Amino acid sequence: MQEGLDDGPDFLSEEDRGPRAVNVDLQTDATLQVDISDALSERDKVKFTVHTKSTLPNFKQNEFSVVRQHEEFIWLHDSFVENEEYAGYIIPPAPPRPDFDASREKLQKLGEGEGSMTKEEFTKMKQELEAEYLAIFKKTVAMHEVFLCRVAAHPVLRKDMNFHVFLEYNQDLSVRGKNKREKMEDFFKNVVKSADGVLVAGVKDVDDFFEHEKTFLLEYHNRVKDASSKSDRMIRSHKSAADDINRIASTLYTLGTQDSTDVCKYFLLVSLPLQKIEARVAADEDLKLADLLKYYLRESQAAKDLLYRRGRALVDYENANKALDKARAKNKDVLQAETSQQVCCQKFEKISESAKQELIDFKTRRVAAFRKNLVELAELELKHAKGNLQLLQSCVGVLKGDT
Amino acid sequence: MAASSPRNPPPLPGADNQDPLSEMADEDSDEGEDIFVGNSNPVAESFQTDTANGEEPADLFSEEEISTTVNSSITTTKSNGVHSDNENDLFAEASVELSMENPSTIARENPTTTAKTSGAEFTPSRTQTQPKSIEQLEEDKDEDSFDMDVAVTNPEKIGDGMNAYIAYKVSTRTTLPMFKNRTFSVWRRFSDFLGLYEKLSVKHSLNGCIIPPPPEKSIVGMTKVKVGKEDSSSADFVETRRAALERYLQRVVCHPSLLQDPDVREFLERDELPRAVGTHTLSGAGFLKMINRASDAVSKMTVKISDSDAWFDNKLQEVESEELQLRKLHAVVESLVNHRKELCGNTAVFAKSMAMLGNSEDNTALSRALSQLAEVEDKMETLHQEQAASDFFILAELLADYIRLLGAVRGCFEQRMKTWQRWQEAQSTLQKKREVEAKLLWANKPDKLQQAKEEITEWEGKVTQYERDFDRISVTVRKEFLRFEKEKSKDFKSQIVKYLESLLQSQQRLVKFWEAFLPEAKAIG
Repeated sequence: MQEGLDDGPDFLSEEDRGPRAVNVDLQTDATLQVDISDALSERDKVKFTVHTKSTLPNFKQNEFSVVRQHEEFIWLHDSFVENEEYAGYIIPPAPPRPDFDASREKLQKLGEGEGSMTKEEFTKMKQELEAEYLAIFKKTVAMHEVFLCRVAAHPVLRKDMNFHVFLEYNQDLSVRGKNKREKMEDFFKNVVKSADGVLVAGVKDVDDFFEHEKTFLLEYHNRVKDASSKSDRMIRSHKSAADDINRIASTLYTLGTQDSTDVCKYFLLVSLPLQKIEARVAADEDLKLADLLKYYLRESQAAKDLLYRRGRALVDYENANKALDKARAKNKDVLQAETSQQVCCQKFEKISESAKQELIDFKTRRVAAFRKNLVELAELELKHAKGNLQLLQSCVGVLKGDT
Repeated sequence: MAASSPRNPPPLPGADNQDPLSEMADEDSDEGEDIFVGNSNPVAESFQTDTANGEEPADLFSEEEISTTVNSSITTTKSNGVHSDNENDLFAEASVELSMENPSTIARENPTTTAKTSGAEFTPSRTQTQPKSIEQLEEDKDEDSFDMDVAVTNPEKIGDGMNAYIAYKVSTRTTLPMFKNRTFSVWRRFSDFLGLYEKLSVKHSLNGCIIPPPPEKSIVGMTKVKVGKEDSSSADFVETRRAALERYLQRVVCHPSLLQDPDVREFLERDELPRAVGTHTLSGAGFLKMINRASDAVSKMTVKISDSDAWFDNKLQEVESEELQLRKLHAVVESLVNHRKELCGNTAVFAKSMAMLGNSEDNTALSRALSQLAEVEDKMETLHQEQAASDFFILAELLADYIRLLGAVRGCFEQRMKTWQRWQEAQSTLQKKREVEAKLLWANKPDKLQQAKEEITEWEGKVTQYERDFDRISVTVRKEFLRFEKEKSKDFKSQIVKYLESLLQSQQRLVKFWEAFLPEAKAIG
């Protein structure tokens, strides 16, 4: 699949700009610039080299790099989520775990089946699978980078202590992955949270804006989830069809090189366009549409979480009010109730204030990201269709002109 | 063999004439099918005899002369160059008809005939003459284009329940004078097509002809149709079968020898065909066929011709390896068709999902763009569906046809092998008889000796006959194979072009869809 590798630079360089492609309006200013300059894939883990350039005084140097693994990213994300101070912000969603299992499995199967196919077929398939592996690798790098950039772009989160440690501390953060017990705890916490979420969501909000956002986000999130899973399925079928076409092309090539009869010439001719057409389209759809949907699935979940936190705070506030009334009525523990109510009130108001802006930003980001990706998708599809058209026309021309 | 072609004149009584020319003619009269291409064989010899008779070999009418001599060549050689008027009259009409066809081939025939004359010797140096005849044969193939079109259309379900069947309209359009009309159509059912194949097979396969095989029977497919399932799968099945039957018939009428067969004519013309027996899978004849085929399969593995002509071995190997590759290809194409159908379904589902997402999006421009995207995806679904159909009808069926045809080609080569076997066995029997004779001579038993001598003569005759058969079948097989290769090349080329054009069309439509969508996407925000 030289073709795939030749085209590699095209979407690779886009991929490099990928993270910024998903979230367009990141104000990357000189005070803090973060990126992943390198990544190494070892047997079952990926090591990311996080590179920072900053003029902020908090850092010892202006430019430095550290090596981080996926678990450390998760630790950072979780620390944000658990921090009450950040309850009023949309926490950038955590990057998905690097998953090379499928790709590795395919490479293994290829190795096992080596005897049953010709040398050309084998090398071709190997190149394809390697390209696939590379693509997944680049995607995971991009996802991790987006996360860091979002944090760096957020006016409040960028100042977080843990974030600075993450960026600067050049030794292992000793963040071990969660053990079984902790994972179970997490699971139960999530169950409780979603049950609570339903309860909280049921409470009608006084503020129209938030009430509208709540309904909107709920529906939107579900539909993005649906669209994301359907797009995955569609892309899988497309990939299967593309794989078949590749096999057809290589069999035709084998038939074509057996001898120099006319029929063989035709076979050779037709195998060329076939190889190029389908694989590329499948790859592009995957990048643009599916990744976009997946990302906004996570973002909309983060937005929902924000609303939940606010809703929770509201319920707490209302409960605190009721408690205060009761205390005043009974004239017992009034001071306690008052302070508790004030705390709740402050918390609620703080969240509400920032939440509103966050949600508006979310909308802007989303619209911009969709625009960029849809435009790029259309342009890529057009480019490929036109290229294929040319190739096919020249093939048909040669075939028809022959004799 | 001669008995199978009723319209041929009876074989010459002096079949073992020393005259090689008459031998040639004799062989051809036995075959009968090779009238068109076989033209050139008797042509060569009789052309000489005709000119010897002072008939004008004028270009325009040379074919007439040629064809006149096809059937009357027997008589000319028999009567040593003197035309028998009766014979002439009998066939004059026939030959005139033939000559109407291809004035274009006449010019080509002339140079080739002279070449053939020199290569007429068929006996000892076989290898020497083969190359010349190949040249001849390759040029002859251009004659295969006559004005004849057949189409199979309008499948209609006749009857109900398990006795129902599909009747197809077989329409012919032709300028060939051997048919009563120029355009005509009849109704046939699938078993009629199979019956035609059986008849042609019986008559011609022993001569080394490549008989195009019909599409396969499908109990599952037909049962669905019979039961009356009105869904797309049974409609697809009927359409696939109709197209396959059409291609089958087209191949049959394209074959110059088969076209001459009265059974083919009857199939195309006759209003009511007697129901073909022995074509039903579960009949006695069906089982017998299966058993015969199985036993053939075992025997064919073991024989190898120690043939000085490596051409046949090479070609057989090529055929076998090609068949293997085509089978592999066919399997992948079928997988592709299935995946495309799957993709079709998934795209439709995805389109709906995107439409829903567009609906819930509160930014109007984005919402509109997403709905547009959903429409584009919907259109892609149609595109995928059509692409799947073209994958199937153009590619998969082409491959399936050629896998069957290559099987028929192999059968052809096997026939030659069998003929060779028979010849070899006859030779060994002759050898044994000679040994018996020698023993009897020594033992001096005069009465048994007489019998032994008679048997030797009998077997000598058989050996000569079988050797001639083998030579004849070798020529036919070679000719047929070259013709097949040419057809295959044409067929593949046209189908590949069709397929590429269908791909081209999809890409053009894709361009249209996305060009329409792009401004919508840019308008967001």
